[in-house]
Amino acid sequence: MAYIGIVITYIFINNFIFTQFLGLCPFIGVSKNSESALGMGMAVTFVMGLASLITWLVYNFLLVPLSLEYLQTLSFILVIAALVQLVELVIQKNSPALYQALGIFLPLITTNCAVLGIALINITQGYNLMESFTAGIAGGLGFTLAIILMSNLREKLDLQPVRKSFKGVPIAFVSGGLMALAFMAFDKALLSNLLG
Amino acid sequence: MDILNAFLIIGALGLLLGLGLAYAAKKFAVKKDEKAEDILAILPGANCGGCGFPGCSGYAAALSAGTAPNGLCPPGGAPVAAKVAKILGIEAEETAERMVAFVHCRGNHELSQLDYKYDGIEDCNAAALLFKGDNTCKYGCLHLGSCIKVCPTDAISRDEKGNIMVNPALCIGCKKCTLVCPTKVIRMIPARGSHAIACNSNDPGGKVRKICQVGCIGCKICENKFPESGCKVVNFLSEIDYANPMTQIVQAAKACPTKCIVEAK
Repeated sequence: MAYIGIVITYIFINNFIFTQFLGLCPFIGVSKNSESALGMGMAVTFVMGLASLITWLVYNFLLVPLSLEYLQTLSFILVIAALVQLVELVIQKNSPALYQALGIFLPLITTNCAVLGIALINITQGYNLMESFTAGIAGGLGFTLAIILMSNLREKLDLQPVRKSFKGVPIAFVSGGLMALAFMAFDKALLSNLLG
Repeated sequence: MDILNAFLIIGALGLLLGLGLAYAAKKFAVKKDEKAEDILAILPGANCGGCGFPGCSGYAAALSAGTAPNGLCPPGGAPVAAKVAKILGIEAEETAERMVAFVHCRGNHELSQLDYKYDGIEDCNAAALLFKGDNTCKYGCLHLGSCIKVCPTDAISRDEKGNIMVNPALCIGCKKCTLVCPTKVIRMIPARGSHAIACNSNDPGGKVRKICQVGCIGCKICENKFPESGCKVVNFLSEIDYANPMTQIVQAAKACPTKCIVEAK
């Protein structure tokens, strides 16, 4: 039950884009068409899941025993950057097709704050290893949901007679804000109703 | 002592990860096609798709693998083909001559008749869904500028009368505009051609007269009076054969009653 709660929390209630406002750079930058938005979403989900695992291990088996918890931000960035690089190398070698699909997005998310965000949130929430991993994947799925919604919206907006002063990114920001308002409908009360 | 600990841990972590990555980079090294990389550096990098491959990297890979003929790159032309041939170690073949896009229509909302007033989104293909566009002439330019949007080099623009014009100096011959155009009024002509027919209508002369002041009425004056102009009328529409030396084209242009033989500039 705790896992379902985590999934719903990070996809809808604490959506990384719409509620926590993390990872906004790719949200605007890569949402021009839905195909690359999906690619970006998958890459972020993948990296967030993996980063949750590794950073949890680093924190609990390296930093806690040495009482160096205050180094978490620094060491997490280091670990995530190296991890993404390694994943990119391995994918390029073993699955050229996947590399073609994700390749250009992987370096972009090395220091995406949504990835660092989930690592830090896992620690503050006191999740165990599996819970951290679930939160990472769910956070990534929430990001994917947001960026795909946004890209579909922007594809439609491109065909609309938008005023010149609003064309392009400005109207995208405005619609992003309105979508964030809509996501406020998902809140903790909804979760407790759902799970009884 | 704490500061030393922190220093050591982060340093060790960084060193370890760095070494790990260095090892992984060796172990998972992917052999890159050096020839393809060299060719890619020579290609113009416009990713226009004029060669028929997905972007310059696609064409470079195909060239390197020997599955594509040299000289397909319209923006690069002969100079690029020669450099590519050098890398591949083959003789540069005679490349096809440079082609540029030309809008075969000079009609506009003053000179040609409209069936209805189009007030939808600014896209030729959207307008073409409604009775093949607002023009009474179903062969002509719809003036909504879908070609302007797809042109990778901004070679297409709208002049003060609303006509769509291609600047042949900027056109790289990628044919994107010819593909997006719903009426196929944009076709490729050789860049060396001095004149072109500014009409695309296969309607009979009488009908063209009624609906447009600058359409080709298929009178055959150009073909019969000036046989050396290269003009030939097929289906009520004059066409220029660019293989012809076209020595009388200037006189033919003067004699054309609707002035639809125009300079291609």
